[in-house]
Amino acid sequence: MTAQRVRTHAIDMSSILRVKGSHHEQNEACIKVENLNLFYGEKQALHDISMEMPKKKVTAYIGPSGCGKSTLLRCINRMNDLVDSARIDGKILLDGENIYDKAVNVAALRRRVGMVFQKPNPFPKSIFENVAYGLRIQGVNDKRVLEETVENALRGAALWDEMKDRLNDNALGMSGGQQQRLVIARAIAIEPEVLLLDEPASALDPISTLKIEELINELKEKYTIVIVTHNMQQAARVSDYTAFMYMGELIEIGATSELFTNPVKKQTEDYITGRYG
Amino acid sequence: MFLLRTDRQLAFLLGSCALLSAAIVLLILLFLVKESWPVLQHVALMRFVTDASWHPVQGLYKLTPMLSATLYSTLGAILLATPLGIASALFSRYYAPPFLAGCYRRLVELLAGVPSVVYGFWGLTTLVPLIGRLHPPGVSLLTGILVLTLMILPTVALTVDAALAAVPVAYVRSAAALGLSRWSLISGVALPAARSGITAGILLAAGRAIGETMAVLMVAGNVVEQPHSIFDSVRTLTANIALEVAYATGDHRAALFVSGIALMTLVLVLVGIAECFPRKRYYD
Repeated sequence: MTAQRVRTHAIDMSSILRVKGSHHEQNEACIKVENLNLFYGEKQALHDISMEMPKKKVTAYIGPSGCGKSTLLRCINRMNDLVDSARIDGKILLDGENIYDKAVNVAALRRRVGMVFQKPNPFPKSIFENVAYGLRIQGVNDKRVLEETVENALRGAALWDEMKDRLNDNALGMSGGQQQRLVIARAIAIEPEVLLLDEPASALDPISTLKIEELINELKEKYTIVIVTHNMQQAARVSDYTAFMYMGELIEIGATSELFTNPVKKQTEDYITGRYG
Repeated sequence: MFLLRTDRQLAFLLGSCALLSAAIVLLILLFLVKESWPVLQHVALMRFVTDASWHPVQGLYKLTPMLSATLYSTLGAILLATPLGIASALFSRYYAPPFLAGCYRRLVELLAGVPSVVYGFWGLTTLVPLIGRLHPPGVSLLTGILVLTLMILPTVALTVDAALAAVPVAYVRSAAALGLSRWSLISGVALPAARSGITAGILLAAGRAIGETMAVLMVAGNVVEQPHSIFDSVRTLTANIALEVAYATGDHRAALFVSGIALMTLVLVLVGIAECFPRKRYYD
């Protein structure tokens, strides 16, 4: 049954590639998950997940609470390493390299794969220092380089115009939506290839949510983005591909327009039409 | 604010308890001043510094040798215990495997509970001969410092550990997600965020070191002389009170209460520092 499932996904993927066939070269996979299983102690949280996420596209994970979508997201930058009971087998390839290989430097991996959490979590430092922090710990101390990077990152996160006169204010004094964009600026300041967004707008008001969504649209020109969201409208608005997960299994992945209008699996259809979840 | 009758009764009860604990401090201070008043009446404050020596029966009240013994031993113990305590807290919080960290924490808690006289015993029988071989007589400022260090080490380690535990998980996670190494996480995020807790812990430990009598009395030699090296015998203010109060009368007794006021003032200064220090730079 496992092998069966894997083959199904392979077919799903090729159908995606056909849909976007005209941009074939842009669609090379950036992240490839292969037969990934994850256990928290005795409990298996992810069951034999295989999927591909193309470069410079937005892939959304949807599914009911506890379906494993955040857990899967956290596998991509090995944040699950921080959980003592977590055990993983299978592979995740980032540009062809298995990130679970023993030789991989986890800190370096996390600099390539940035992450933004559900709750905005700036450091209790100034706005400038928050964004500059990732560079400083890499030993960059040149004031001009730092200033330039901070400005670019804040512009990238659509925060520069609001914040350029307040760079020395404490970041904790910003609104929730501003803090979340600051955290995105902090993540892109160290120039990752991938951005993982774990329900980035679920703690925000509608206007801040809209700003984050607009931002995601701009960011995908430079970064491969994976977003976990509870909000199906959001997934439909921001993503190019959508993966539906249920009970730790990947049920279906496909082009967002396809998955929402014409899902292959009955479970997907039930979920997106609101029959459960 | 709307208060029910039971609320009012409770508020009264709690208020009385609060008042009582606050009043006790003031009463103690008042008592110290009252008891030292006889000598303060005819001896100028400066004479506790400028007199030739501490011979209270002959009317000589120089307190500075004992004051410096207290200050030096406290300072020395803080200088040694702070890095050790911080290092041990960092180890148990960020590097030790969970099981080891748990055992380790229990042991440090146990260390905090050892009665000070036991430390004194150990210092007297083990440390004093050891240092005596290095530089006689062995009973010295150094032995006092070492015993004090051991005594306040668990205070520092446990308060720093608690302060690190209180660093929001979100900081730790976001630091990890930025690709920080364990050490840059500690030095760049955890320690600055825990700074006020760490400062409070050190000051608490300093307060304990100033007030500690028994252990230091047993190992420091109790000679009233300005120490010139860490191998000199010293007598701290607290040891002086403990040694002499039993037979002191008249002005001598009152002079001991003056040294009590000096101790109170020291602790007051520490508390004052603790009050204004951590709030200054909340972020950078």
